[in-house]
Amino acid sequence: MKFSLSWLKDHLDTTASAEEIAATLNAIGLEVEGVENPAEKLAGFRIAKVLTAERHPNADKLQVLSVDTGDGQPLQVVCGAPNARAGLMGVLGLPGAVVPAGGFELKKSAIRGVESNGMMCSSRELDLGDDHAGIIELPADAPVGMAFADYQGADPVFDVAITPNRPDCMGVYGIARDLAAAGLGTLKPIAVQSVNGSFDCPTEIRTDDPEGCPAFYGRVIRGVSNGASPEWMQARLKSAGQRPISALVDITNYVMLSFGRPAHAYDLAQLTGAIFARRAQDGEHVLALNGKEYALDAGMTVIADEAGVHDIAGIMGGEHSGCSETTTDVLLEVAYFDPVRIGDTGRKLNLTSDARQRFERGVDPAFLDKGLDLLTQLILEICGGEVSRVVRAGTPPSGAKVVPYHPSLALQLGGVAIADEAQKATLAALGFGMDARWNVIVPSWRPDVDGAADIVEEVVRIHGIDNVESVPLPRTDGVARPTATPSQKLERRLRRAAAARGLNEAVTWSFLPEAEAEAFAEGNGGLWVLANPISEDMKAMRPSLLPGLLAASRRNLDRGASGLRLFELGRRYLRGDKGHSDERLTLGAVLAGEKTPRGWASGKAQVFDAYDAKAEALALLAEAGAPVDNLQVMAEAGAQFHPGQSATLRLGPKTVLARFGMLHPAILKAFDIDVPVAAVELFLDAIPAKRGAPTFARAAYATPPLQAVTRDFAFLVDAALPAGDLVRTVRGADKANVVAARLFDDFRGQGVPDGQKSLAIEVTLQPGEKSYDEAELKAIAEKITAAAAKLGAVLRG
Amino acid sequence: MDYAATGEQALARIAAATDLDSLEKLRVEFLGKQGSISGLLKTLGAMSPDERQTTGPKIHALRESVTEALTARKAGLEQAALDARLAAENIDLSLPAPEAPRGSIHPVSQVLDELAEIFADMGFAVATGPEIEDDWHNFTALNIPESHPARAMHDTFYFPDKDAEGRAMLLRTHTSPVQIRSMLRDGAPIRIIAPGRVYRSDSDATHTPMFHQVEGLVIDKGIHLGHLKWTLETFLKAFFERDDIVLRLRPSYFPFTEPSVEVDVGFAIQNGKRVLGGSGDAPGHGWMELLGSGMVNRKVIAAGGLDPDEWQGFAFGIGVDRIAMLKYGMDDLRAFFDGDVRWLQHYGFSPLDVPTLSAGVGAAA
Repeated sequence: MKFSLSWLKDHLDTTASAEEIAATLNAIGLEVEGVENPAEKLAGFRIAKVLTAERHPNADKLQVLSVDTGDGQPLQVVCGAPNARAGLMGVLGLPGAVVPAGGFELKKSAIRGVESNGMMCSSRELDLGDDHAGIIELPADAPVGMAFADYQGADPVFDVAITPNRPDCMGVYGIARDLAAAGLGTLKPIAVQSVNGSFDCPTEIRTDDPEGCPAFYGRVIRGVSNGASPEWMQARLKSAGQRPISALVDITNYVMLSFGRPAHAYDLAQLTGAIFARRAQDGEHVLALNGKEYALDAGMTVIADEAGVHDIAGIMGGEHSGCSETTTDVLLEVAYFDPVRIGDTGRKLNLTSDARQRFERGVDPAFLDKGLDLLTQLILEICGGEVSRVVRAGTPPSGAKVVPYHPSLALQLGGVAIADEAQKATLAALGFGMDARWNVIVPSWRPDVDGAADIVEEVVRIHGIDNVESVPLPRTDGVARPTATPSQKLERRLRRAAAARGLNEAVTWSFLPEAEAEAFAEGNGGLWVLANPISEDMKAMRPSLLPGLLAASRRNLDRGASGLRLFELGRRYLRGDKGHSDERLTLGAVLAGEKTPRGWASGKAQVFDAYDAKAEALALLAEAGAPVDNLQVMAEAGAQFHPGQSATLRLGPKTVLARFGMLHPAILKAFDIDVPVAAVELFLDAIPAKRGAPTFARAAYATPPLQAVTRDFAFLVDAALPAGDLVRTVRGADKANVVAARLFDDFRGQGVPDGQKSLAIEVTLQPGEKSYDEAELKAIAEKITAAAAKLGAVLRG
Repeated sequence: MDYAATGEQALARIAAATDLDSLEKLRVEFLGKQGSISGLLKTLGAMSPDERQTTGPKIHALRESVTEALTARKAGLEQAALDARLAAENIDLSLPAPEAPRGSIHPVSQVLDELAEIFADMGFAVATGPEIEDDWHNFTALNIPESHPARAMHDTFYFPDKDAEGRAMLLRTHTSPVQIRSMLRDGAPIRIIAPGRVYRSDSDATHTPMFHQVEGLVIDKGIHLGHLKWTLETFLKAFFERDDIVLRLRPSYFPFTEPSVEVDVGFAIQNGKRVLGGSGDAPGHGWMELLGSGMVNRKVIAAGGLDPDEWQGFAFGIGVDRIAMLKYGMDDLRAFFDGDVRWLQHYGFSPLDVPTLSAGVGAAA
């Protein structure tokens, strides 16, 4: 909402400066987004008289002027304007001034070898109009040397953001009322005379849709001349950012912007028979004033005559019956439309307008007659004509509301004690009525107020919400109690564990291109796909954290990175029951390209492999408190992974805690990545929670008195046997003695039969009270060999 | 026999030995079982007591001086050998050491941890809710009915889906639905913050379609605007670790609060960046909008299953990315979500930067 200071002063008797007004508007909840002061834009431009004008010695089209700026010493200025001549009174920009139209700063310069100390300006250069044929010519009596801004009477323009609850402030008058209540002046009464009209309205007016249009007031004015609106009105409209069109259109806009009361003027000659509000018919069309055609449906209210639709009610008029230069008879429409209907229609048509903004927020239902009077008065003044009597079809809602209130609520809810009398005065200034028991009568222009809390807001905002004193929240005794849930603690710990392992945490979009999401969607009942994505790249909710990380990897590789360690801890979005989502906390990591760069000691660059991914998976699962020693390495990591170089880590056969491995070449190709990528995904929701209350004491432990001994075993096994199975078997072969089993060699080739491999395991044995003797060691070795034999393993000789 | 001459001769040969091997040979030659000095010692047994009296000490002295000379020469040769070896083992320590990868914590995560730490001290727990929400939780329960113009203020991402109750599914436009879920689940009193991802169909230099918000909610008895102001001041002072944070409260409008308050904070421009602190009205200072807040609307408390005549409270919402930028000096929101490792390494945090109250929650540059 934009308006000028002079416009505000039509309604508010005040001596406050623009700065004070802006500060008060902010303080009472009418947020000032900007105050444009034309005086600032015109700083450095002053009225100057051309004393002499001589031909430029080196340029045909230029003149060298001697200009009186009121400082006594005339200035030399080079000028190219054809109308520059001795005696002309114009506007000179001095060096240092910034030309409003171009935004460039004027400098003392030499133009074709002649010194120039400024610029004589055209209207367009000063952003005052389109005229660029010559420099501005002011009346001969314009005071030489005066700042041009002062001469112009520059009028500051406020740009105020009106919150949707305040339709009353979508007119300058309502803003003036708020300012008056805040003590910044006196609200002037609306100066309008009611005109009775000398003849009956010749057009039948009715509302056939009392739900959508409860009231339709109208009248005809005959014999108007629709020329340009007066300069003062044009200036106001321009300050509001509106383009003047014609007197009739400008008058309806002016009343809307002044009082928040939209109206429409129809060219009576374009109407056929009665005019009335009705529901549109499905498939009906109207060409609106913005030049676009809209398809209507039966949920929308329109204004129509017997020939067809003329107006999308409360939103935009039709092209056909709009007023033009040739209009002589006009029908005025001042109506009340149902705010909900207006909002629905506007959304469906994707059509916004100043009228819609006001109607859907709720115009004052008690202002129809006054609005009609204001319009009539202005039309008679500006366009002349003869007025009919008013037709009032339907009745606007009464809007009367009474809210029980108590002044102590200001303190109880608002936290600020305000004297009863001050509260009363504020409410009265805002137009609220009141009985002796603080039953507050809400003015018809305040649809937003319907409870005591709203009254508190009114009282506190005018008192000054910034005056509310801070009051500490009550605090529990002692040190603050821990509040984090187990899942939150897990998340925090894992994040820092991953970073401590050298991974960089990324935050990537929750939404993906549908194809990328599809490639990672597996057995979760379908993707969540947006109906109105902002772009095709942000369409489907991620079913995995890997695609987002892969896209980030590609961007990094494109920027020249050779090795990447990225992770993200966030949700993946699956389908839950009852149509809800199932959002699961997940950690994804990608290890792309080089693990170690080429080095003077290490030789060639090493790339990541599946074991790097396994290491991350196990280390992070261990940090997460998962029982990593009991996990099984099983297949089926998913189609996105290399089938021979990936696995899942499971607790029991069903519960998948993680998947890891090398990504499938087809996936890498789809993501346009040409380095090998190892990936991990940890399903944090699958990690079993610790049972019972947390305890701090660790399990009892005594260091063994005797040193552990190690023995190496090499077995020949079938080449297809997973080494992990053998290690687990060996470790479990003699639980009393074997405390660790570590595989240190996997050999195939010379000396090992085809189809077999040799696996060497270092077994750690922990003696108890006394050292092992040879017989005991032999017995343990036999147990280990026997257990391994069950997997077909043969001890190598 | 001229023991002295024998001794001098032996010592000269020992001194001339150039390596441990030849020294060992000399030791055997002099002191070995068949050695010359060992042989002299053996002659003592055949001597008369008188002769032994005079000759004995000479032979012993000879043996001792040779033994000493051998030991000294051995030590000298060993030292020389060690010196030579060490000289040969010289390496260039200006060569690079093995590199360990350096990981980092994303600024959003870091700031969320800081917020959790600060608010925990004020008795707030962290609550969460779904990001794929239904329109009842995201709008209706928050006093934003279907027709409300405020729905248009939120550029909402919708799914074509409806839930089992026929509610339209969407991406939450704010963290406020967690207010409703917390009230319905936990009842009152409540003190929570609810951080998380939120989504709006908006994309330009300063807006991304996904960003992070943190919601605060206090529901209790006798809570008023003064408590809200204190909570925000206390939080911002702790977060920015400045005691000169000044807030300016302005009336505003949010459907879910009444009264509604927009909160500005004073700042100054230092080295081209906004630095919070001081009154916005002070010379060289200004006010910037920081967050929205207010007293929870009665209708919202009722939608949360609580009696609004018994319970009241306040709520606020603040952009996490934004306060991260203000505190740590990033100036491009889009970079938050790009995953550019160079940016992550520069603006990210060490895993050891765990925010604590005793050390100050912030991680110094």
